[in-house]
Amino acid sequence: MADEKTFNILDPFSSVDLGIADSADGIKQWAISNRDIIQPIKAVFNDIVVAIDTALNAVPPVIMLILITLIAWQAAGRRTAIVVGACLVALGFLDPNAWSLAMTTLAIVISAVIACFIIGLPLGILAAKNDTFEKILRPVLDLMQTIPAFVYLVPVVMLVGIGNVSGVIVTIIFALPPLIRLTSLGIRGVNPSVVEAARAFGANPRQILLKVELPLATPTILAGVNQTIMLSLSMVVIASMISVKGLGNEVLRAMGRLDAGKAIVGGLGIVILAIVLDRISQGMGQSGRERGHRHWWQGGPVGLFLRMTQGKNKNETTPPRTSKTSAES
Amino acid sequence: MTEQSEDAVIRCEGVWKIFGKRANEAHEAIRKKGLTKDEIRDQYDCVIGVQDASFSVRRGEIFCIMGLSGSGKSTLIRHINRLIEPTTGSIFIEGQNINDVSQKELRRLRAEKIGMVFQNMALMPHRTVLENVAFSQEVRGHDAGERTRNALRAIEAVELNGWETKYPDELSGGMQQRVGLARAIAADPSILLMDEPFSALDPLIRRQLQDKFMSLSAEMKKTTLFITHDLDEAIRIGDRIAIMKDGVLVQIGTPEDIVMNPADEYVADFVAGISKLELVSAARIMEPLDAYTQRRGPLDIDTCPEAHPDHSLDQLVDLSVSTQHPIIVKIDGKSLGVVTKNALLRGIKGEMPSTEQAA
Repeated sequence: MADEKTFNILDPFSSVDLGIADSADGIKQWAISNRDIIQPIKAVFNDIVVAIDTALNAVPPVIMLILITLIAWQAAGRRTAIVVGACLVALGFLDPNAWSLAMTTLAIVISAVIACFIIGLPLGILAAKNDTFEKILRPVLDLMQTIPAFVYLVPVVMLVGIGNVSGVIVTIIFALPPLIRLTSLGIRGVNPSVVEAARAFGANPRQILLKVELPLATPTILAGVNQTIMLSLSMVVIASMISVKGLGNEVLRAMGRLDAGKAIVGGLGIVILAIVLDRISQGMGQSGRERGHRHWWQGGPVGLFLRMTQGKNKNETTPPRTSKTSAES
Repeated sequence: MTEQSEDAVIRCEGVWKIFGKRANEAHEAIRKKGLTKDEIRDQYDCVIGVQDASFSVRRGEIFCIMGLSGSGKSTLIRHINRLIEPTTGSIFIEGQNINDVSQKELRRLRAEKIGMVFQNMALMPHRTVLENVAFSQEVRGHDAGERTRNALRAIEAVELNGWETKYPDELSGGMQQRVGLARAIAADPSILLMDEPFSALDPLIRRQLQDKFMSLSAEMKKTTLFITHDLDEAIRIGDRIAIMKDGVLVQIGTPEDIVMNPADEYVADFVAGISKLELVSAARIMEPLDAYTQRRGPLDIDTCPEAHPDHSLDQLVDLSVSTQHPIIVKIDGKSLGVVTKNALLRGIKGEMPSTEQAA
């Protein structure tokens, strides 16, 4: 009721305007003025995303279905492969366009996850090794995960323009944190006495990282990859607002036309894709112990293929037996 | 100490380790004002790990450090391969000050010269037995054929052949520690650091591994620093023993020394329960022949049983039960001294009757 300039001690906030929103809007101006530098870089990344998309869509759906099922068998075993195969068949029959849209969405997700891995793994390792860095990084990761996507959608579009690349960038912002967190957690969780033993036997820091810490942290890191994949998928509808094609775009358009049926079809497609990717990536995260300590190529379709081609002559020459007899003689 | 140092493979001189941010100030305060452990903890928020440890280990010797948990023995052994840096003091490996060498040279020493066995095995769960044993050579970049050959030799030495392709968690505790031992000897280092290697094992397996280790070490003649909290184990294995308490090396000596001449109450308490039968020799408890004849008159030597100075009390007891006479200790037919029944009984109790007479 008072004049705007009057300062009220009980409500100081309404009368003071620091102009934060205006200065933050400067980001937008900066983005617009720097677009020319960004465009060539954007073109390269866009080509990569489009290439993945084209490749996935070039493969006939049935061949692709068999391929993904085989990958699932290799990564997670026969039972998961059956689930994945059934899911993919259901996805194909959802709608005549569903398969091709799903492949486009898959291309975006794959691009985003690869980028997350390239950025997230080194940052995670750094965070594991350096407490100060971890302390600085943690609030940044919190911010990335909690800030509403719509807030950074606009600056990103101003900077990069609409399209696949912005979609991937927006997805990375949201999906990257769990990978960094779990990489750091995994490396910090490695038994310190094993690391000490590696030091005591003359390993240098790089060898300790590559030969001890990363292999032992792999299940945790892959759990991070799994989370990143899931979060990437949850971003596809939002990303479609900046003109990213695929299943998300279907949902968005259906919403605009209040077409519940189409929205459900698109939504189901995303859910099915999520189940497929989740099962496969969880299978990869299984520890060696759960697989009975076999190497990955000893099981699944690859193992079957190797056994069929190499057959019996492999069993006769198991390395330790021969070396043992030579040592005794 | 100086006369040993030429042949000393491991030599520690005045090693202090104080944990905490103000370690140097705390060390200064101890040196100048003589603060105690508790005062250091309260005033400087520092914990003393090792206090002024000096010792040397000769080539081929097995040197045991015995102490209860928290006495700083595991901290001390980690100074030898510089897993821990001392606050002050120097550690020499074959005359080379290990705290002066470069990181690169240090890694070479660790991989090629110093093998280490850990209480909790610390095997790498994602590597097979063979890959674990070959680790130190792998990080040195030796070619696969050579390191497999050396690793297989080490695996054979600990009798684990046939298990090369298994993973550590498929092995029992005793077998895992044998892998740990194989890993330590695979690169044929001249020094072995054993950090309570057998403590986590059950008594029977521990005994077997002690035997295995002793026969291996007799064969390979490695200079060994052996940490244990078990005095029986130290006496069984060690050529010399150091007793450690609250970071201080209280006494260093042969097993016989430690048992017969404990330096203080603490060591005396420790050795009280130890059987002297196998440990103490006739030479220790005998009374010189002259002294005996002066005291008791001439002795009819021919009727007495004879023993060698190196004979253990156990053997003297066997001799003594069959006769009323004292035992004559002889070397090359020359009589040196006499062991009476009383002296023998006191020796078994850990007392030395001859000292008061000699003094």
